[in-house]
Amino acid sequence: MAPALVWLTALMVVPCALVLALAFFRRGIYGGIEYTFTLENFGLVFDPLYAGIFLNSARIAGTAALIAVVIGYAAAYAIAAAPRRLQPVFLFFAVLPFWSNYLIRTYAWIVLLNREGLITQLLRWFGYTGEQPSMLYTEGAVIAGLVYNYLPFVILACYAPLSRLNPELAEASRDLGASALTTFRRVILPLTVPGIAAGAVFVFVLSIGNFVTPALLGGGRFQMIGNLVYDQFLTANDWPFGAALAMALIAIMLLVLMAQALAADRASGRAAEAKGDADG
Amino acid sequence: MTSSPARAFGMRTILILVFAFLYIPIAVLVALSFNKGGLPTAWSGFSLKWYASLAGNSAILSAALNTLIVALVSTAIATLLGTLLAIGVEMRRQYGKGLEALIFAPMIIPDIVLAIALLSFFSMLNLTMGLHTIILAHVVFNLAFVCSVVRARLKSFDWSIVEASADLGASAITTFRRVTLPVILPAVVAGALLAFTLSVDEFIIAFFTAGAGRASTTLPMQIYAMIRFGITPEINALATIVMAVSITALTLSQRLNPGITGQ
Repeated sequence: MAPALVWLTALMVVPCALVLALAFFRRGIYGGIEYTFTLENFGLVFDPLYAGIFLNSARIAGTAALIAVVIGYAAAYAIAAAPRRLQPVFLFFAVLPFWSNYLIRTYAWIVLLNREGLITQLLRWFGYTGEQPSMLYTEGAVIAGLVYNYLPFVILACYAPLSRLNPELAEASRDLGASALTTFRRVILPLTVPGIAAGAVFVFVLSIGNFVTPALLGGGRFQMIGNLVYDQFLTANDWPFGAALAMALIAIMLLVLMAQALAADRASGRAAEAKGDADG
Repeated sequence: MTSSPARAFGMRTILILVFAFLYIPIAVLVALSFNKGGLPTAWSGFSLKWYASLAGNSAILSAALNTLIVALVSTAIATLLGTLLAIGVEMRRQYGKGLEALIFAPMIIPDIVLAIALLSFFSMLNLTMGLHTIILAHVVFNLAFVCSVVRARLKSFDWSIVEASADLGASAITTFRRVTLPVILPAVVAGALLAFTLSVDEFIIAFFTAGAGRASTTLPMQIYAMIRFGITPEINALATIVMAVSITALTLSQRLNPGITGQ
């Protein structure tokens, strides 16, 4: 196991530590790195211009996570309600697109959304003759791309707790006079919160650091943190600031993951309570 | 769960809508790769000419060759290292928190962060970047994935048969070859296929660690450049081939080792 650990240390731990260190240095006059300690890169992260991009990224990533969870949960619920022998087949086909190339899945949306794309043609076929709606290079296109790309994972994450759900719990709830909606809200939903949280966190974290989807579907008009990091390293040549941005990204990610662990903890506590109530 | 006709209808509708959402974009993309006309959207008859034009595109062919080299070499190294790591961790059953974090990190760390970290690292070492640096980078996440697939298999492995083999006088190598390997082989092959697919499809880290110049352009980098330039049926044809390769590898992997796609 030693060679693998050496590999991970040399090519992941050390480079990441290097980026962390880089964030405390100053950008040289000609784009190089000046080795004097400074905190101004982190200060710059909170500059209104960049803080605005952070908030914007968080809003787009949050919207994508919310939509993906609603669709993914419904899909997982329907799969879990299907006959047992069909469930693995549905699940396999739900996850399959996830394993194909990310760029290609994003490109598929350019093909659909461009001015002469399928959606425009469908609108025309239904008799719409007005101005061509411009769907590409909008925030909606970016969100659609993110939801599309990460939906399979949400389905998988929500399916796990839904498939383990004891059907007797829902029956007991109905026998005790709860409506279908109450049963869902008070019994099924709390027991499946860990799956929802895992799915939402996954979409949020991957979306907020994404630079491909905003670049391709947003046409560069919607900067997200990922694009900002990309720019600092490949065009603006301000590596220390890029490093600080990457560290901020990691910090957000860790915060979200901690919140998820907390939610899962509380949910399992509540689940134990609900189970105790049902058993008693 | 109770089954009323209305409920069953509702469930079926959800499944149809979700699978339509997942597969229509891909289906349109694939269908248009066989489109005769140059327009990327309006259908004007069946043709294979875009596939033929791919075969004559030297930039795409060299990118495909680069991708194959990167994927094969990084998969070979990652499979060896990842399998040994999995055996080492599971045999000792010492799951230190730091060790777990180290093995798990490459799978959750955002691509862009690993990409800039490696770019900074390689340029600080004054390393000339090219296919070799992409390979070094791809092994990082590939070995983590191979390790997790093999570990899952080893969870149910009865280590007492390894002891029995040693007691019966087999050397460590013979024991590995005759006892451990046959048990984990399906997982190792499944992990390797997964690693190969991930490497073939990986764009961001390759983009940052490829260095300047076209010589080390991989297929995803080539596709990204083409997409930024605009929609052409040629991209559709290329995308169809790449998707077919990854889906075949993943389906094989799934058959060898059910559960790899999360089931």
